[in-house]
Amino acid sequence: MFDHTTAPFRLNPGYRLQYEEAQQCQVLLYPEGLVKLSDTAAEILGRCLEPITRERLIAELQRDYPDADSLSDDVREFLNDARRQDWIVAAED
Amino acid sequence: MWLLAELTYACPLQCPYCSNPLQLPASRKRELSTGEWLRVMREARKLGAVQLGFSGGEPLVRQDLGELIAAADGMGFYCNLITSAIGLNEARIAEFREAGIRHIQISFQGSDRETNARFGGSDSFEHKLAMTRETIRQGIPLGLNFVLHRHNIHQVSDFLHLAEGLGAEFVELANTQYYAWALHNRDQLLPSAAQLEEAEAAANRFRQRHRGNMRALFVAPDYYERRPKKCSNGWGTTFITITPEGDVLPCQSARAIEGLEFPNVRQDSLENIWRGSSLFQKFRGTDWMQEPCASCPEKENDLGGCRCQAFLLTGDAHATDPICELSPEHHRVGDAIRAAQAHAEAGEDAVPLLFRNTANARKLATAEA
Ligand code: SF4
Ligand code: SF4
Repeated sequence: MFDHTTAPFRLNPGYRLQYEEAQQCQVLLYPEGLVKLSDTAAEILGRCLEPITRERLIAELQRDYPDADSLSDDVREFLNDARRQDWIVAAED
Repeated sequence: MWLLAELTYACPLQCPYCSNPLQLPASRKRELSTGEWLRVMREARKLGAVQLGFSGGEPLVRQDLGELIAAADGMGFYCNLITSAIGLNEARIAEFREAGIRHIQISFQGSDRETNARFGGSDSFEHKLAMTRETIRQGIPLGLNFVLHRHNIHQVSDFLHLAEGLGAEFVELANTQYYAWALHNRDQLLPSAAQLEEAEAAANRFRQRHRGNMRALFVAPDYYERRPKKCSNGWGTTFITITPEGDVLPCQSARAIEGLEFPNVRQDSLENIWRGSSLFQKFRGTDWMQEPCASCPEKENDLGGCRCQAFLLTGDAHATDPICELSPEHHRVGDAIRAAQAHAEAGEDAVPLLFRNTANARKLATAEA
């Protein structure tokens, strides 16, 4: 079992992230359906198309959104969730 | 929204539970062309469809499948291939991968070579195993589909072990649902309550013992439920099925309902059909309902169940799906279960299974005429 808090991860290659005109939002597509994503979720997952570590991801987001409060906690929580749902998986090296 | 593209009814297998119509077309000449499929896919995308399932028949029979996948992926569809693996090889898997296929589902007719050959009508077990391994090796997410009925439902545990050994991510243990060929063969296929219970218990035991990466979904046959399922998640809400010749259906089996007119993509745009055709309006929402559904507090949960099943079992497509215990026709389901039991006790060969092939389709058509 890989640990996303230390090892690099990426968006599950079986999933597809895209903007949907009909839903007017970013969605995540998978074999049985789709989930609509909040802007924040889409922003985070959009940075996981290539392998990345949690620390790098948080640092990048802090750089791009210097005014966001509690950013690192929110990202950690989101990633725990994303890991549970297999949205992110271990990055193959 | 889902687009289900039934590319062809041609199939090298002959499963006696096939959901394709009993009247199989005599020729493939009337199938939609590559260009027509591309137009339909573009129109579906505009309507908001994102999931696309290529099925059939056997979609691999179409030589333009790779081209269709590539175009669909380019349009932003998430492409699924639903196949028996007959006609698949290493090069084609690579071609589809290149084209952007996201998920492949391979169906099995049994957990061993003999059962698989008996119900698929062709000795294909080793090939299916090889193609499952190859799909995984090429890194394409894969699910296995095991269609259950009275004669193979005892193999659930074997099949789960087989799937795990192969490295599958997802297994669907899908009980036959009784439409089309399966309905015709219902007496020979419907399992007993005891068989069903044992199979579900086997699936649960497996899940508890193997907390691995493989997910397993068990889908019971409607006949043993107390409430019906929503008709394809709500008639005209989620699914568009296009038949090989371009008819547009709200669900795969809608052609079972007599007296409906089916719009065709050769005559009209998908948007007009989806929004305006009388077919898609007919059972949308709850206004069409009769009693007991019309005044039932549960009507939003199941929308009165499946329209095709209502028609096939009661002769009235507006009736409550007789799977529901509140349906005045519910006894028909019990009758069917008893009839199947009586058949099983009489010995299997009393009435043989009718396998799905053109010769048998012709026989049925003559018998009806
Ligand atoms: S159910 Fe069997 S016969 Fe029917 S299309 Fe599928 S593989 Fe072919
Ligand atoms: S009576 Fe109709 S609406 Fe009520 S539970 Fe049965 S099928 Fe559903």
